[in-house]
Amino acid sequence: MASGDGAVSIELGHFALILAFAIATMGAIGGYAFWRSGARIAQVLSQAAILQFVLVAVAFLALVQAFVTSDFSLLLAVNHSHSLKPLIFKISGVWGNHEGSMVLWIFILVGFGAMVAAFGRRLPHDLLTLVLATQSLLTAAFAGFTILTSNPFARVFPAPLQGNDLNPVLQDIGLAIHPPLLYAGYVGFSVCFSFAIAALISGRIDQAWARWVRPWAMLSWTFLTLGIAMGSYWAYYELGWGGWWFWDPVENASFMPWLAGTALLHSALVMEKRNALKIWTIFLSIITFSLSLLGTFLVRSGILTSVHTFASDPTRGLVILSLLALVIGGAFFLFALRAAALRQGGLFAPVSREGALILNNLFLATAVGAVLVGTLYPLLLDALAGTSISVGAPFFNLTFGALMAPLLLVLPFGPLLAWKRADVVAAAQRLIGAAALAVFFTILISALGGVSISLAPLGLLLGFWVAFGAFAELVERAKLGRIPIQESWRRLAGLPRSIWSTAIAHFGIGITVLGIVSTSAWESELVTTLNPGETAELAGYSIAFDSFAQVPGPNYLADEGRFTITGPNGQTRQTMADRRTYVASGMPTTEAAIETYGFSQLYLQLGEPLENTHVVRVWHKPYITLIWLGTLLMALAGIISLTDRKVRVGAPRRARKAAPEPAE
Amino acid sequence: MIWLRALALTMALLLSGAALAVSPDEMLDDPVLEQRARDISAGLRCLVCQNQSIDDSDADLAKDLRLLVRERLVAGDSDAAVQQYLVDRYGEYVLLNPRVTDQTLLLWIAAPALLLAGLLVLVMVGRQRPTTVQPGLSAEEQAALDSLERHGSD
Repeated sequence: MASGDGAVSIELGHFALILAFAIATMGAIGGYAFWRSGARIAQVLSQAAILQFVLVAVAFLALVQAFVTSDFSLLLAVNHSHSLKPLIFKISGVWGNHEGSMVLWIFILVGFGAMVAAFGRRLPHDLLTLVLATQSLLTAAFAGFTILTSNPFARVFPAPLQGNDLNPVLQDIGLAIHPPLLYAGYVGFSVCFSFAIAALISGRIDQAWARWVRPWAMLSWTFLTLGIAMGSYWAYYELGWGGWWFWDPVENASFMPWLAGTALLHSALVMEKRNALKIWTIFLSIITFSLSLLGTFLVRSGILTSVHTFASDPTRGLVILSLLALVIGGAFFLFALRAAALRQGGLFAPVSREGALILNNLFLATAVGAVLVGTLYPLLLDALAGTSISVGAPFFNLTFGALMAPLLLVLPFGPLLAWKRADVVAAAQRLIGAAALAVFFTILISALGGVSISLAPLGLLLGFWVAFGAFAELVERAKLGRIPIQESWRRLAGLPRSIWSTAIAHFGIGITVLGIVSTSAWESELVTTLNPGETAELAGYSIAFDSFAQVPGPNYLADEGRFTITGPNGQTRQTMADRRTYVASGMPTTEAAIETYGFSQLYLQLGEPLENTHVVRVWHKPYITLIWLGTLLMALAGIISLTDRKVRVGAPRRARKAAPEPAE
Repeated sequence: MIWLRALALTMALLLSGAALAVSPDEMLDDPVLEQRARDISAGLRCLVCQNQSIDDSDADLAKDLRLLVRERLVAGDSDAAVQQYLVDRYGEYVLLNPRVTDQTLLLWIAAPALLLAGLLVLVMVGRQRPTTVQPGLSAEEQAALDSLERHGSD
């Protein structure tokens, strides 16, 4: 347990982080001062980027080692770890707190910097230099912040024998996966940000720029999609009442960069193919990363919601806000100065692929604005007028829903429209099949399920329309039904991956919409009291309460109910639901029993004892898993797109030589 | 960032002593009235919790408010009257869906205003720029394309 007996001592980690800060600072200064100097400065910055990565890796590993070996001379480990915790939660405990999560954040930031250095050898030297200088500037800013205000390497003497343990709710596989994914998404957009800054400084921006930026946007977007989906599922199973999205400020903070990033992916496509929307794409690159920064830091500054923050230290909050103001304000100042100098290109008619993608951007950008206003309005009103109001789920559902409905309605048309000028009637003709299928299934399901809320059929119609419509382009290109089926298969297999990627991503959106609609409209709930031996019925399922026992766990006491669920087809399953009380903290948690039937789930929660019986809550959530399956499909589409020759990270030159490319 | 909310929730649980959401003993016998109570509850904020409705919340205060809503409904209040009753006692803060007042007008018109502004900008930009597309590339564009293909960037 003595300090320094591992491979990396805590002081070495601390020193490595400070050195990374110093190198990043020098890299930023040198890069901005000498960006015109060609290959040599680019090489220096590349090496500095890789060095920063190695150094921050050492710092991060020092923390991981201290947590894994339960080195309680490290204050952070004392506060957030415990020697009896399983290994995985010891590791995830490193980032289950403010200081450690800052180091993870910086680690991912320098990771992306090193990737740019490694894959960017074919970029023009001045562009590469400016991109890496901006990455270095970000590293310096946030490493400096961490070292000066949130030192994760503080020691404590004498070292206590045991740690205070991590919050029980956080002792979950969700904490091991969700924050790293989310951070990879947030931080990945820093590369787009840096490319935008580089373009503004050098004043040069062209289609090749968009081609370089798009894979980074795609990679970050994929991580962010997975991170948000994972967080949503974690909240769903852990928090015990089956909600999966709450429009909580913290959730909104992760959702806004996702929306902006989605818009960026689409606008960069226009720029790549048609050299248009340059200024807008630059703007989106800056705004997406700015929203990522807001997502990471506004909640820690103490102004968003006082209950949520890890870091309630007001001076630290002030430093964070100044840092955000500098980075974001600086970027927009540069944008205001230089954006007008960027030449516009690429003419097109309103009805065209470009027009459709602009419409996509209009709705997504408005959605970002609506969520931002809804999240910040109560704060501003409180600060300016002294009035407290709440802006909760009903407001966001209405506003966001109203903005998404028209977007979903026109979405299937997009990929079918030609660049420059398109024929809507021709596109509509190709979508007749999808429309017919959507109407058929909507009527069928509404008839079977009963219309419980009036908007449900509209939601279903949109979901099916987007899901089926996503395949229209594939059907069209494969000439399905018009030529022999083997020939169609051959054509499908030969299609560019970008076309598959578009179809799968759009299909995923349709699937998610269907999951949301069906679970909102046809969820059923049973709240009752049961004794062991009694049975309850819900939505064709029979739930028998078999037994109740108080069972000690490793670091908690559990009230454990065992249940037998008989499904509609007569098949039975044993399951159990817990109410746990953690011994060290006295904190209670609920461990719901979740049984999956097809795409639907039965969610069972053991409630508090009531007059010698037990409160049992059961929800039937029809097709709820579609919500997350759809997001997984979107992430899969991102991965497929990244494997496309044309957009492969680091192969821009080869890609540009590719044969005449089919429209995307 | 879900763990932050989880953290908040645990704190709320800790403070409240873990009673969980709607209990059978709170529920009204009349299913129509009970459903109205649930619908109203979903729109009311648990004042001591983080962004949760009283229908979802485990706090004691949420339970009190749930009982209060049911009491008013049994007494014959309309949905709007129940809401007004709670606003009179706890202020606008209790409503998760803010009502349109002169102070929330901006909030409610923000999204449509943004959309309209965006559309307006698009129309204006579209008018400034010619929207007719010449068939094929102009000589200048072709030259730019050629140089792009030859030299890579720029």
